[in-house]
Amino acid sequence: MSERSQPKHTGSERTCLDARNLSFTFPGGVQALRDVTLRVRAREFVSIVGPSGCGKSTWLRLVAGLLPGGQGALTVDGLDPLSARRRGNELAFVFQSPTLLPWRNVEENIRLPLELRGGSAARDGRARVDELLSLVGLEDFRRAHSHELSGGMQMRVSLARALVTRPRLLLLDEPFAALDDITRQRLNEELLLLWRRDGLTALFVTHNVGEAVFLGERVLIMSRRPGTIRHEIEVPFDHPRSPALRGEPEFARLTGEIGRLLREEFR
Amino acid sequence: MAGSRSGMDRSGTGITRLAPGVARLILPPALLFIAFLAAWHLYAAGIHVMGKEILKSQPPYLIPQPIAVGQAALSNLGTLVSATLLTASGSLAGFALSLVLGTLIAFLFSQSVLIQRAAYPYAIFLQTVPIVAIAPLIILWVGHGFAGIAVTAFIVSLFPIVTNGTAGLTSLDRNAVELFEVNNASRWQLLWRLRLPNSVPHLITGAKTASGLSVIGGIVGEFFAGYGSDRFGLGYYIFQTSAQLKTADLFAAIISSTMLGWIAFGIVSLIGNRITARWRAG
Repeated sequence: MSERSQPKHTGSERTCLDARNLSFTFPGGVQALRDVTLRVRAREFVSIVGPSGCGKSTWLRLVAGLLPGGQGALTVDGLDPLSARRRGNELAFVFQSPTLLPWRNVEENIRLPLELRGGSAARDGRARVDELLSLVGLEDFRRAHSHELSGGMQMRVSLARALVTRPRLLLLDEPFAALDDITRQRLNEELLLLWRRDGLTALFVTHNVGEAVFLGERVLIMSRRPGTIRHEIEVPFDHPRSPALRGEPEFARLTGEIGRLLREEFR
Repeated sequence: MAGSRSGMDRSGTGITRLAPGVARLILPPALLFIAFLAAWHLYAAGIHVMGKEILKSQPPYLIPQPIAVGQAALSNLGTLVSATLLTASGSLAGFALSLVLGTLIAFLFSQSVLIQRAAYPYAIFLQTVPIVAIAPLIILWVGHGFAGIAVTAFIVSLFPIVTNGTAGLTSLDRNAVELFEVNNASRWQLLWRLRLPNSVPHLITGAKTASGLSVIGGIVGEFFAGYGSDRFGLGYYIFQTSAQLKTADLFAAIISSTMLGWIAFGIVSLIGNRITARWRAG
């Protein structure tokens, strides 16, 4: 590839995440992951699909340093996940449920990660919170509490909270699974904008093949438990990706292909 | 905005707009109360139709008529009010103590499973021991008067605070805990910003139960402990009027105690609802 050619990926060559023959067994004896080998470049967007209970969530939690143990090698920015997190190599996690604290309003929920860091992050956080409120279109709801918000709005708050610390690695665990299709598509488009704008590395777990293809530069298909990476599909579409992409024949061909491969894993 | 305002004007003044809600809330229990008073009156006074006795009237020392109870309450109003206030102060002291100590105990339980396992059977003991049986002991140890009565009220109202508080401090959403971990939160931050706020609705539920119980505890305490000289609370008043077969006064005292429990519960509920109104989990 020549210097001047358009790179296929927005991802740089710097490795953000490196897993070699990673396996994980829960203390109860259930093996969740087996021999997962994966390298993710910085600024890459990787979608992960797989059958329920295939260890996708476990995999994200290992990367976040939320689960101790695991055999094989796993590094985040060259460090083990816990050290990477402790050193403040910023990572953020978006859960399937919005996980908003009901006693805090929208603004206070978004500010929480800054408060937990304390010091200057908490003091100078006001402008950053304002920026995110406008980014996710919730300026008029800054004092609202979660029970006053729709599911889509709650998820926007959750996204804003994840981004408030300017993370470099964003881990998303089926964040849009509970939303209706149109809201999900909108949030997909917004997420892509944020990802490009902030130069994030993203690991996105989902059950929705269309979502995986629309967002990802690569789609990984995992096997049933114990989960391992069965297929790796390159997604050739350039950025920015417009909503119209979902109607393209090539998009349909790719989702069809991935759906077929995924169905095999359900057998 | 202007449209909605004129719409409100058409439906009348503030009070009449409020009325349907109040009516829905007050009317059914009020009607039931009147029906109950009528039935009580008929049973106590007996039923006579054209000089013939259909239902025998009851002797006033067994079942006084409602009007007699009202008269008894009015003629001894000063005594009744001062007794109610004294009972209220002892109960309130016990309740306040159980709220503070109960929260502290719940906090200890939430910090260590070992402490919780070791001490929980004794917390249940508080719940199951008949308070009437240990009240004389408490009075013996703590002394007559205010302190003994407050401690009796404290002991009966402690358990719901401890159990609900412990539940609130330990039943955390797994994702919420992970959110704090991902952000490298300290143990203190987890406590102050997650555990404690999470426990507030649970503590309020416990406090509602405890508020009614504390009045019961206070009255039981007063059965066994006077305040000396001529000051006494509802418990002593109940004891005295029943011994002297002043049944109408006894009824008045019972109604006062019930109302005191109601008011305690009502105030705690109002304050609690105000606090949690912002964060109804939904």
